[in-house]
Order: sequence, then C-alpha cells, then structure tokens
Amino acid sequence: MTILQLVFLATAAVTLVAALMVVVSPRMVHAALWLILALAGVAVLFVLLEAGFLGIVQVAVYIDAIAILIIVTVMLTQRAMGEGGRQVNRSWLWAALAAIVLFGGLLLMLSQAPGSATVATPLAADAEATVEDLGRALVDVDRYVLPFEVASVLLLAALIGAIVVARPSTEARREGRQP
Amino acid sequence: MSDPFGAIGGWLMGLLQSLGLEAGPARFILQFAAAGFLATILLLSTLFTIWAERKIIARMQDRLGPNRVGPFGMLQSVADLVKLVTKEVIIPAGADKLVYMIAPLLVVTSVVAIWAVVPLAPKLIGSDVNVSVLYIISVGSIGTLGIMLAGMSSNNKYALLGAFRTVAQMLSYAVPMILSLLVPTLLAGSMGTVAIVEQQRAVPFFLLAPLAAVIFFISSLTEVGRAPFDLAEAESELVAGFHIEYSGLSFGMFFVAEFLHAFTIGALTATLFLGGWQGPGVEQFPLLGLPYFLLKTLAVYFLLIWARATFPRVRIDQLNSLNWKFLTPLALAVLVVSAVTDKLASELGWNRILANLAGEGVIVVGALMGLWAYARSLRRRQESLRAQVTPSRATGAS
Repeated sequence: MTILQLVFLATAAVTLVAALMVVVSPRMVHAALWLILALAGVAVLFVLLEAGFLGIVQVAVYIDAIAILIIVTVMLTQRAMGEGGRQVNRSWLWAALAAIVLFGGLLLMLSQAPGSATVATPLAADAEATVEDLGRALVDVDRYVLPFEVASVLLLAALIGAIVVARPSTEARREGRQP
Repeated sequence: MSDPFGAIGGWLMGLLQSLGLEAGPARFILQFAAAGFLATILLLSTLFTIWAERKIIARMQDRLGPNRVGPFGMLQSVADLVKLVTKEVIIPAGADKLVYMIAPLLVVTSVVAIWAVVPLAPKLIGSDVNVSVLYIISVGSIGTLGIMLAGMSSNNKYALLGAFRTVAQMLSYAVPMILSLLVPTLLAGSMGTVAIVEQQRAVPFFLLAPLAAVIFFISSLTEVGRAPFDLAEAESELVAGFHIEYSGLSFGMFFVAEFLHAFTIGALTATLFLGGWQGPGVEQFPLLGLPYFLLKTLAVYFLLIWARATFPRVRIDQLNSLNWKFLTPLALAVLVVSAVTDKLASELGWNRILANLAGEGVIVVGALMGLWAYARSLRRRQESLRAQVTPSRATGAS
C-alpha cells in the first residue's frame, strides 16, 4: 500500500463521516461547518486525482460560499446557535430505505458498466494542457460556448433579480424613505 | 552553481536514503520537513516585522517606539511572545469550544499556505501549481472563514458584529482583487506564479499595468483588514472586533497571522507585479534571487506600513462605495483594456510598454473625469439641500 492510497482512504473516511454529521448534527451552524469539512475532503480527492484545478475551484466556490451560508443562517433563523428540534421525524425509516435502495441501484449499475473492474490508466496529458483545454472548450463554437453563455445569462438574471428584490418599492421611494 | 537549492534537496534525499528509506517515503518526509521549515521561518520572521513596523510607525508619528529590550528594542517582540505564551487561554462561558479553538488555527494556516506557491528564488518554490493565482484566492477565503468562526463561536455581540463586517468587506473586495489578478495572468499567459515571474524577465508587469498593481494593493489591504480598512476590529466601535474574547496564545495566533498576512501581501505584489526574484545577475548566481525578492517584498511592506501610519479609518459606507462604485468598474476597465492593448501590441508589433501604458493612461483620464463629474453632482445636490433647509440664508448668500 502506497502513501497515496493511505491518504486516499483517510480522506474518503473523513469526507463520509463529515457528510453524515451534516445531517445528524443538532446545531445548524455545526452542520454548516461539517459541510465545509466534507467539501474540503472532496477537494482533496480532486487533487489526488491530479485535477488540481477542480480541487482549487471547489475550495474557492464552495467553502467561500459557506461563510455566506452561515451568516444567512445566523441572521434569518431563530436560535441558530443553539440546539434545534429533534433530528428525525416519523418517516425516517422510509427515507433510509429509499436511500439504501438508491445507493444499491447505483452500485449495481456502476459495477456492471464496462471498464469498472479494470484500473484506469493515468492520464498522460499534463495538467496545464487540461486547464487550457477547458478554457478553449468553453469559448469554442463547436463545443460548450452555448451552455457557458446560457449559464452566464442565468447568473446575470439572478444578480439583477437580487437587486430588484432588495430595492425599495416605488411608493416607498416616492415618499422619500431610505431603504 | 546553477541550482543550489536542488543540490541541497538532492543531498538531503541521499542522506535519507542512506539511512535505509525507500525513494517514496523519503521524498514524502523531505517535502514535509521543507514545508515545516518554511512555515517556521515565516512565523518567526514576524518577530522581526512586528518590531520593524512598530519602530517605523513610531518614527512617522514622532515617537520613539520600542527601545528598552535589546539593541534598538529589537527583542521587544520576543518579550511579547513570551508574555503571550505564558498567559492563560480563557474560553468564555457559552462559547462553542471546539470551533473557538480551531478558528485561530485556520487563520494562521490560510496565511502560511499562500507561501506554498510564492517563488522565493529560481527553482525555490514550495509547489509549482499551474493555477497558483486561483490557489491564492481560494486559500485566502479560508482565512475569512476562520475570522467568521472566531466571531461566531465567542458568544459575544461585538465579536459577531466584527465577523460580519469582515466577511462583507472581504467578499466585496474579492471582486476587484480577482479582476486585478487576472491582468498579470493574461500578460504572462499562465496562472502559475513561476511562469508569471519568468515572463517578467524583460519588463516587470508593474510597468505594463500599474493600475492593476494599485488595485491589487488596495484590495489586499482590505483583505488583511489593516488601517485604513480595519473596520473588523475598530476599537472605538467594536472594542476589538472578532478577537475580543481571545487571550494568550490563541490571540497571539491572530496577531501573528495579521502581520504575516501583511508581509505576504508584499510578497504577492512583488511576485505578480514587480518581477519576483528577477534582477541583474540572477542568471549566473541564482542565490541572488532571494535577496532581490526580499528587497521587493520589504519595499511593498513599507508602503503598507506607511498607509497604516498615515490614513484614518474609513467608514463602512465609504468602504463599500469605494469598492462597488470605483474599484470594481475600474478593475473591469483595466482588465478589458489590458487584454485588448496587449493583444494589439503583439499582433501589430507596437512597443509593448508604451501601448499598455497608453491604455492605462486613457483609463486614468476617464476615471478622473468620472470622479470630477460625480463630485460636482454631489456638491450640487448638497447645495440644493442646503437651500431647502434654510431658504432665506441661501438666497441671501447668493
């Protein structure tokens, strides 16, 4: 067993435990913190797969966003810092059953997929080229320029929507009230 | 000697292997030790930078500064360190214990981790990641998280307010910072710091994009949270902000992280805009790169101290309007203009420096005119308001 495998196993275990704690933890803020650990674990997995770019983007996008999530949690919910209510309700058994069935189905499908038994060969291309390919693919007319632009427009719409929601209504402004 | 640091690494590797280790674990231990060495040196260097900063600020404010312990008071920070270490770490009642203890560690880690991608000299770098610029941004965001956790877990209203301010401030200033970081990226054609430094052999990017350098400098001042942007710990409003409840070594970690972060900003500016270790004679003697890099870093660090010593703290509304109404549009304009002029210059064979400087000049003139128009409209509005409030005096005066 190489050091790389040891690191992988440790990371995977930490990620899974953290993911479990996200849903089990009674305090909302703690759940958000466990979520950070789970996402960081995924970032480490990306790095182990030699996809450093994805790992770093994972940290930049998700972990940064969680700081905001925590603020919103604290500001918008009552007793966010304290214990919440009970962690399970009456249908927890059915939910667990559905989750197990889904997991088993996915496992079955993946194990029957071609090439699942063989060990994947490492990619020969160096990482620099991968990032460059990604950049070119996003602006290539034949490849992903349309989804990329549509996603940008969606984000722009969300941005404008946030401003529209946050602006005071026209009556309020006519009366000279400040937001 | 073309590669002295590689030679040292090779010698240590040989030493470990002669002790009976295989190549894989030996490399692992070596990398671990090198990282630990760099981090220790960095953390210890704050002993010097804290002393230097206190001394410089004292001189600027016509004081003497530390002058009792050791020659020129140089050992003052050592005495402070001993005091901090021996003090009790107090955990306030109702605090979230584990989170409370982890927060300062996160903040220190995020600052030290940035140094993994800073090239100190030719071939002397922690890890030549090809997306270093992104790495710097994402690691910096972990520090924000640490401050947020510190404020939240302290069970103190002032700490929470300080943390909220920090997050608002850091997130909004991340926009112009990332935009200004894109300029050296596109000038060098790579996101790796090593490639960025290599590309500055002929001309440092500061001469090609001075505006981007200034925007990066200002927005990183905010990221460190130092005066004039130290709203997160504004003493007169929040007592001490997010670290109000911390004592002993856990406060010392925030303290060290802040000073080291300021030094790191110097190093990043030197790497991205001033050419890093580039300098005369580096080709023959790679060891010269280290002093060059340190000199540039310290020069930027001095600017940082200067700003801290001379500017009053901004208000939160001034902070936000400076960012959203001025720096962000400016950074967008710089990015677009740099992209176009640099491409045109290389396609049409213009002088690269002149073309880029001309582009920046156009932006500066535009920004100044915009500011002038804005100030005039502000003055007009104020005059009309004054006329409404006291109509008799306003008419009398005119």
